[in-house]
Amino acid sequence: MECCNKRRMMKESPESNFMNRRGSSCFPDEVLERVIGMLKSRKDRSSVSLVCKEWYNAERWSRRNVFIGNCYSVSPEILTRRFPNIRSVTLKGKPRFSDFNLVPANWGADIHFWLVVFAEKYPFLEELRLKRMTVTDESLKFLARSFPNFKAISLQNCDGFSTDGLAAIAADCKNLTELDIQENVIDDKNDNWLTCFPESFTSLEVLNFSILHNDVNFDALEKLVTRCKSLKTLKLNKSITLEQLQRLLFRAPQLCELGTGSFSQELTTQQYTELEGAFSNCKNLNTLSGLWVVTPQYLPVLYPACANLTFLNFSYAPLDSDDIAKLLVHCANIRRLWVVDTIEDKGLEAVGTHCPLLEELRVFPADPFAEGDARGVTDSGFIAVSQGCRNLHYVLYFCRHMTNAAVATVVQNCPDFTHFRLCIMNPGQPDYRTSEPMDEAFGAVVKTCSKLQRLAISGLLTDLTFEYIGKYAKNLETLSVAFAGSSDWGMQCVLEGCPKLRKLEIRDCPFGNAALLSGLEKYESMRSLWMSDCKVTMNGCRLLAKEMPRLNVEVIKEDGSDDSQAERVYVYRSVAGPRRDAPPFVLTL
Amino acid sequence: MATMLAKEHGLNLKETELCLGLPGGGGGGGGDTATAETPRATGKRGFSETVDLKLNLQGNDTNKEDLNENLKNVPKEKTLLKDPAKPPAKAQVVGWPPVRSYRKNMMAQKVSTEENNNGSATTEKTTSSAAAAATTAASTGGSFVKVSMDGAPYLRKVDLTMYKSYQDLSDALAKMFSSFTMGNYGSQGMIDFMNESKLMDLLNSSEYVPTYEDKDGDWMLVGDVPWEMFVGSCKRLRIMKGSEAIGLAPRAMEKCKSRS
Repeated sequence: MECCNKRRMMKESPESNFMNRRGSSCFPDEVLERVIGMLKSRKDRSSVSLVCKEWYNAERWSRRNVFIGNCYSVSPEILTRRFPNIRSVTLKGKPRFSDFNLVPANWGADIHFWLVVFAEKYPFLEELRLKRMTVTDESLKFLARSFPNFKAISLQNCDGFSTDGLAAIAADCKNLTELDIQENVIDDKNDNWLTCFPESFTSLEVLNFSILHNDVNFDALEKLVTRCKSLKTLKLNKSITLEQLQRLLFRAPQLCELGTGSFSQELTTQQYTELEGAFSNCKNLNTLSGLWVVTPQYLPVLYPACANLTFLNFSYAPLDSDDIAKLLVHCANIRRLWVVDTIEDKGLEAVGTHCPLLEELRVFPADPFAEGDARGVTDSGFIAVSQGCRNLHYVLYFCRHMTNAAVATVVQNCPDFTHFRLCIMNPGQPDYRTSEPMDEAFGAVVKTCSKLQRLAISGLLTDLTFEYIGKYAKNLETLSVAFAGSSDWGMQCVLEGCPKLRKLEIRDCPFGNAALLSGLEKYESMRSLWMSDCKVTMNGCRLLAKEMPRLNVEVIKEDGSDDSQAERVYVYRSVAGPRRDAPPFVLTL
Repeated sequence: MATMLAKEHGLNLKETELCLGLPGGGGGGGGDTATAETPRATGKRGFSETVDLKLNLQGNDTNKEDLNENLKNVPKEKTLLKDPAKPPAKAQVVGWPPVRSYRKNMMAQKVSTEENNNGSATTEKTTSSAAAAATTAASTGGSFVKVSMDGAPYLRKVDLTMYKSYQDLSDALAKMFSSFTMGNYGSQGMIDFMNESKLMDLLNSSEYVPTYEDKDGDWMLVGDVPWEMFVGSCKRLRIMKGSEAIGLAPRAMEKCKSRS
């Protein structure tokens, strides 16, 4: 095993003398490493590494995957020093609220320096999974050149690159199995990057280019799909027509996950039949997504494939209640469903009726900014789903108004929620039947759902909501708060009451310095805290920074704003010290 | 502990304490009185108070609580960075509702197209859904025009701002109407008007030819003006057989001459 060889070469180092002293353990290091190497869970590995020096070393030598939830919490040097044999790295960069334009451009989280260090220390790197990082074409080209064994790249919510970077990956990564580009800000130069996969290249298993808006070279795509016999996941972009889809399905009936292209084209009867046949031929399909631009009358071609589907992502297909109902009749095995609120309550009733095994539901708004008599889903749809789908444990629900009673009913029907994200789109919207705050709704959630890990609250909320959260949500790890609370007391309740809290993100709440400072001892056990447009001042932040030197306390300054207010505060623990790459508008206190 | 620490450092926690109310609204009583807006010493939110944002608090017509009064002043229009999506039609809070820009853009385009599709497919409510779609289009900044093709059962809608050239548009229309191909575009993507014989060949054929209604209400052949000018002046598109379009040619030629 090459890892053992590497270690023997390093026997000169002072640590190795320590390792040779087999105090309590009678296992040779190689055996210990092999055993510990079988541990997959990060938490288990963390625990194991704390037992004793031998176990710490066995764990670090045998570790192959590393997950870094905040790229600034550790430096590449520290990482590579501790874990010499990593094959797969997952990195997350910007704070989550950057998804909603609350973090300025050029904030940071650039992957490049990480890659430079990896090229030296992890030449056998195989996988890179990035979320909310800045990735340039130069970085992608560097990656393609530097890692001969490179297999999988997944970029989610990243920015800074173009199809030139993809072309470099396609051309130079001879062993590529996965190219997964999701919801990134990408410059689509329409330059035939797909043709850069060499003719001899056949290893692809996952290809997702659904977000690109330009045409791709279909000929190259078809040839690629034909020769990559192990292709399991194929997610196409809008430019792929139904006719082209049929041809691809014909080439790749083994697909497990399919993202269709545009589901809209004038088809002849024969073409329709062929397409239907293509779908019925795909016996392994368990995930369906895409349907950019849907012609609802063609949805029946999907019916033959629906019986085995476990994940249906129609979150970009604004279907109405009739269309979704007709489809769901065939989808009895669905576990995860993402839809647009155009299906309305009637559509949700169909979900409750036909999908008893449902575990996850996400309902996205078709028109988040609509005023007046806008449609969508309401409390009755929510209740309908909970009545039919008792296994529901993950919900993301966008609506215009809600009632306390409805939420209480929902959690009574489905007490096993682990993720409860309710977004009432009008800030500060009270219970629309009683005009009361929505405190009791979230009170019901935290009291009933003891396994709750993630909570997002909305609507008109007073400190009482936070009291409930602090008192009952003992397994809560992530909390998202907006336009809520009455005073510092609210935030204090959460900081003092939730032992497992890791991520707290707050915007537009009346929490000030007292609240911020009440978490002094808490923040080191958390990944991060985000507070924007609250009542925190620069002085409060400075005090926090002074008292807790192992936290990075960063303030994002806006132009022309009051110097004493801290509009955007990002606090996180780090062993790497203050950022070396902070732009001028990020002040590290 | 926090309070003691704060006092030590001369930090007046009271300055940030609020009993009720939300940012921008100043302090309020404990929900028992109508709130008077206490001007903030820092004046940071000053500029936002001039932006009177109307929050649509639905279902609250009769009973507006004092809490809600405060909320009317809450959101402010801020652009910390340039939102790459279209500018908001009404003043909106940055990043709220929490929908990713990518999704916002995709859905905005879709709602208009789908409304129109569903309208024509089901009932004769095309006009109303088209009107609704048009309003949505206007508010999203897209340039949606109806596309009809002689012989096709449904009208479609395209967003002209999605395309960069006549070739792009041609490809998109070809996908929508698979029996239609737009040929005969020169290297600049414009019909070679100067070559009268080529033009007459096209118009005599049974090939389909795209035409459009411009701002003046005239029906023109697509391709005579630069792309940007076309996007600005096109109100609707109609794809007709060349032989039917023949009546347009002379007018088109005239307009072309008057422009150059």
